[in-house]
Amino acid sequence: MSANTAVAEKYRNNFLKEIEEQVEMGDWVKMCMQCGVCSGSCPTNFQSAWEHPPQELFMMIRAGKREEVLTSSSMWNCTSCYNCIVRCPRKLPITHIMHGIAEYAHRLGMAPKMQATRFFSGLFWKNATKTGRVNELKLSMGLYFKDGFVQGIKNGMAMQAVALGLVKAGRLNVMELLGGHKCKDQKGIQAMLAKAYEIERTRKTAKLAG
Amino acid sequence: MADIKVAAYICKGCGLGERLDTDALVKIAQKDGKVPMAKTHDFLCNADGVAMIKNDIANEGVTHVMIGACSRRAKTEAFHFPENAVARANLREGVVWIRPDTDEARETTQEMAEDYIRMGCAEVKAMTAPGGNPNTGGSKTLLVVGGGVTGMTTAIEASKTGYPVVLVEKSGALGGWAGMLYKRTPVHEPYKSPADTGVADLVSQVMGDSNIKLYLNATIAKTDGAPGRFVVDIATESGASHTEDIGAIVQATGFTLYDMNKLPELGGGKSPNVVDQAGLEALAKTAAAGDGVIRRPSDGQPVKSVVFVQCAGQRDPTGTHLSYCSGFCCNASIKQAMYFKDTNPAVDTTIIYTDLRTPGNGEDFYRSAQEKGVIFTKGKVAEVVPNGNTSTVKFKDLILGDTDAAMADVDLVVLATGQVANSGINIDAVAEKAEEGVVEVKPISILNLTYRQGKDVPQLKQGFTDSHFICFPYETRRTGIYTAGPVRRPMDIAQAREDATGAALKAIQALENAELGRAAHPRSGDLSFPKVRLEGCTQCKRCTVECPFGAIDEDEKRFPVFNESRCRRCGTCMGACPVRVISFENYSVNTVGAQIKAVDIPDEFSEKPRILILACENDAYPALDMAGMSRNEYSAFVRIIPIRCLGSVNTIWITDALNAGYDGVMMMGCKSGDEYQCHFVKGSELGRVRLSKIDDTLKTLNLEKERVRDLEVAITDIERVPDMINKYAAELVAVGPSPFKGF
Amino acid sequence: MAKHEYAFYPGCSSQKGASASNYLTSVESMCKTLDVKLTEIPDWNCCGASIGYAEAGELPRHVLNARNFALSEQHLPGQEIVATCAACWLGARETRERLTHSDTLMSDTREALKEAGLTINEMPNIRHMVEVLIEDLGFDEMAKHVVRPLEGVKIAGYVGCQTNRPFGVAGESFENPVYLDKMVEMVGAESIPEYEQKVTCCGGALAFSEPEKAQAQIKDIVESAYDHGAEMIVTPCPLCQANVEIYQGQINKRYGTKFDIPVMYYSQLMVVAYGGSAKDAALNGQVIKARRLEEIAAKPVKR
Repeated sequence: MSANTAVAEKYRNNFLKEIEEQVEMGDWVKMCMQCGVCSGSCPTNFQSAWEHPPQELFMMIRAGKREEVLTSSSMWNCTSCYNCIVRCPRKLPITHIMHGIAEYAHRLGMAPKMQATRFFSGLFWKNATKTGRVNELKLSMGLYFKDGFVQGIKNGMAMQAVALGLVKAGRLNVMELLGGHKCKDQKGIQAMLAKAYEIERTRKTAKLAG
Repeated sequence: MADIKVAAYICKGCGLGERLDTDALVKIAQKDGKVPMAKTHDFLCNADGVAMIKNDIANEGVTHVMIGACSRRAKTEAFHFPENAVARANLREGVVWIRPDTDEARETTQEMAEDYIRMGCAEVKAMTAPGGNPNTGGSKTLLVVGGGVTGMTTAIEASKTGYPVVLVEKSGALGGWAGMLYKRTPVHEPYKSPADTGVADLVSQVMGDSNIKLYLNATIAKTDGAPGRFVVDIATESGASHTEDIGAIVQATGFTLYDMNKLPELGGGKSPNVVDQAGLEALAKTAAAGDGVIRRPSDGQPVKSVVFVQCAGQRDPTGTHLSYCSGFCCNASIKQAMYFKDTNPAVDTTIIYTDLRTPGNGEDFYRSAQEKGVIFTKGKVAEVVPNGNTSTVKFKDLILGDTDAAMADVDLVVLATGQVANSGINIDAVAEKAEEGVVEVKPISILNLTYRQGKDVPQLKQGFTDSHFICFPYETRRTGIYTAGPVRRPMDIAQAREDATGAALKAIQALENAELGRAAHPRSGDLSFPKVRLEGCTQCKRCTVECPFGAIDEDEKRFPVFNESRCRRCGTCMGACPVRVISFENYSVNTVGAQIKAVDIPDEFSEKPRILILACENDAYPALDMAGMSRNEYSAFVRIIPIRCLGSVNTIWITDALNAGYDGVMMMGCKSGDEYQCHFVKGSELGRVRLSKIDDTLKTLNLEKERVRDLEVAITDIERVPDMINKYAAELVAVGPSPFKGF
Repeated sequence: MAKHEYAFYPGCSSQKGASASNYLTSVESMCKTLDVKLTEIPDWNCCGASIGYAEAGELPRHVLNARNFALSEQHLPGQEIVATCAACWLGARETRERLTHSDTLMSDTREALKEAGLTINEMPNIRHMVEVLIEDLGFDEMAKHVVRPLEGVKIAGYVGCQTNRPFGVAGESFENPVYLDKMVEMVGAESIPEYEQKVTCCGGALAFSEPEKAQAQIKDIVESAYDHGAEMIVTPCPLCQANVEIYQGQINKRYGTKFDIPVMYYSQLMVVAYGGSAKDAALNGQVIKARRLEEIAAKPVKR
């Protein structure tokens, strides 16, 4: 049984409860009063029309539309601008809920595979936690090459002018590819993060069992 | 009439002395006004000025006082001479403040002031000081009809103020609707859970109060008389009848839930598992008396899922059901959802709403329900399909746009059906039906008034009793009778209790005023009342039919019988009377007519048109005064006469004005119709009906229809009203001068 | 001893050769003038930033920030942590709030930190550099050091998102913060308080992953600055600075615009106004050169 089938089985018709227990800040979803201020405040909602703005996602969760919510690309459109958070009359931490649902969908393997921001998000975290500090060059390269080598070269060429500008201004160092900035206690960081993941996993599983 | 002595006083303060030739005004008062005594004063409203007038009254035999100073709305305390007839010429707000201080404006401004002096002198001579209503009653007892939360609160509050109360309740127990509730919406911090109804406490307060006389299983068989002297017959179940002397009445007859059997598409009446809010309260009470579990009526199984359908039979645009929102039902459904969640959080509890409206501190309550896991779904329920022991609720999800959303296997459906007022007979509909020859009357009368106009208080819309919704919410169109609680408009317990307190105080005020022979609002304290010269009456019944307050009955010969204490002094009867036999001591066909005739009409070559404005004293006249205070200028060709109400306008005034050579007449009254703002409710509407026939008069006089203008003016039209005047003045220039000048 | 001392959390983008290295250079010059001593937290690590959410989870993210708190407490006891980067400040501050309000999170965090041989006893205050400037020093103190006012330069104050929301600078509104405009006035330049794009999102990380969406937003930000007659844009955020500056060429291609407006850090304006050289202000770090500032920086100082 996959991770997804296990939780789906456990919560059956109660997707809201699943979100409350498994998603960071998920217990806030029930407090939405459907005013739509978040949707109206979202910068990406306006220009590229999210499939489901936050208000709608919350309603879908209450309506038990599990598959549609978790496979949606909507959460991944978040730019973390926090407009929705500060404007929500009910004080829902909407940005965090969006991230939380995205993380959960990703954890279950249900998030859209080729979603660029999803890919970048994972890449960023790996990049940052590998050495304790972000390597901007490797990060960019990683993103360009997500769709394979040829596309990567194309993407890189398209960004050539931008990159060149940064190199000239001393803000992009090609030598970063060969190592670059890092923390000294990398071992400690890895151990600490491993422990954190372990604790979090245990807690979520306990909720699932309970 | 023989020994009247008029004195005119002209003030020079507030810039009047600088802007006007006051000596000339004195001469006008003496010559044209034919006033034996005319004086100026530098500061008439100060102690010295007032003392001068008082001295003249005491020592010089002055009976009638004409004050040429500020508006009649200003300095009312200084210029209060209750023993005398008093007229005011508005030289400040009406003249110098609305005219520019320029050399070229000086002549027309002075002419305006002179006309107002002429008008004031003419008016005061046509007046007598009101002597007061001799036909008063002194009962201090308050009758409260209805023993629910509103009625009990009214009774308790009135009693605490020291007034005896007679409380009549139709059923065998106090409590009303609230008495049927398991719990109520909270009204105290932290607004998180249903609270005790508080009914038991109110009942014990009523029962323990020796100042409250209680009739249970009782109805009102007859209400006769007027404020201060109502005689009320109370019929009890046993058949016995009791008579009580009553000063004022508060009707707190509450509401009935809209009948869910009219909503078969929502399952109403089709399954025991579809209930209204009252049905759920009963289930909750039964549960509370047992193991706390709310059970399915069909088979007694515990309810595991419940759906609340908001706006059931409410806010219906088609006209089939209630068109309005009852306001209390969202909070009530939230409370009822908590009945389930508070005993068993596992019960699936969904409220389907289109707009959640939670007045008061309902927002906190709403949030608390969300915290407790009540699911709120924004949707419109299309159908409830009962099937065996469960139902399927089909709805349109308004957020997700899903037209085929549904919830299956629902154990219990609760319909929030809203409030229908228990307001008795709709007397207007009865009158209409009587005309059509239909006699059947469905609802039973509550007050059984012996009034000529009908047995109950008039209704506005949808069965709710009529009251001036902005200024006088508790006042009905029957003086001394107040409505409070859901009979007046849909409301919850907290609002009903506030209503009850307000109505109790208004009722006390009314009975106190009645004893002193004074008018209730909006002319509170007015001692004048309509006098009729019966020998001239043609028994046409217009006054008895039109009186917005049902103050006039008819005797067996169909002559009008005035009940002064029921009268609000609007003068609608006076405006209606075709033979002009109705008048007030200080307001009559003559007091206004004399003013109209007193104005000096320049000839047609002068290029000085004259426009008469008859302005309602409640809205238009204050708006004009405030225009003056804001120094908003308007034409010097208008002459303004305040009137009590558009309803008091007798068409003879308009005919007289046109015959006298006025170029145009502006009628300024309040908004009429369902959204009326008339302080006398129906006055402006009736006035306008009369006015609509003025076109015929104009035709007979061979005059253009532009010469009479009917305008709606609100008290806030401070900027707009000068603009209306100026535009009309310009329009009349195009029409040309009246052909009647100089005749 | 310096007037003000803080534990400094520079963040990944401020490192040598990284995208905001010019920010760090100018902050260092600025702090020298203002007698503010910043001591780098030894071996600090990345904050995780908001974009790491797909993999980060809740606890690992907070543990990452908590490690910096622990290091600060160990090496720089009693000092407040100051960040120059909006994301670092936001991430650290969010961790501080969450740990303060949840005993479970706190104890879980301590347990994880043990693996790295660290612990937290006291929760540090997390400050943004602009908070230090406004609250600890004040506008009067900042203005005292202006010896070369940026007269006649019209500058749009672009606050962006994460310095402004959800925490923001105390006393400022989320919809129309004015401190940046006041800083522009403070250095003698002309502010544009009515600049309506001052809190619009630059697209954040979407500038990398979904450039067309982010660039549509950046276009509005730049266009409005031009409409208001701005010669340059100033911001307190490294990602805002980079996004608004470096994609102007691509936007020009995409929309046929002719954008070429420099995007500066407040610290760069202050360094020039304080009499610093172009090098002190790291003006060479601009992809779109700020010629006007370079000219001013070349002028002699009025003493």
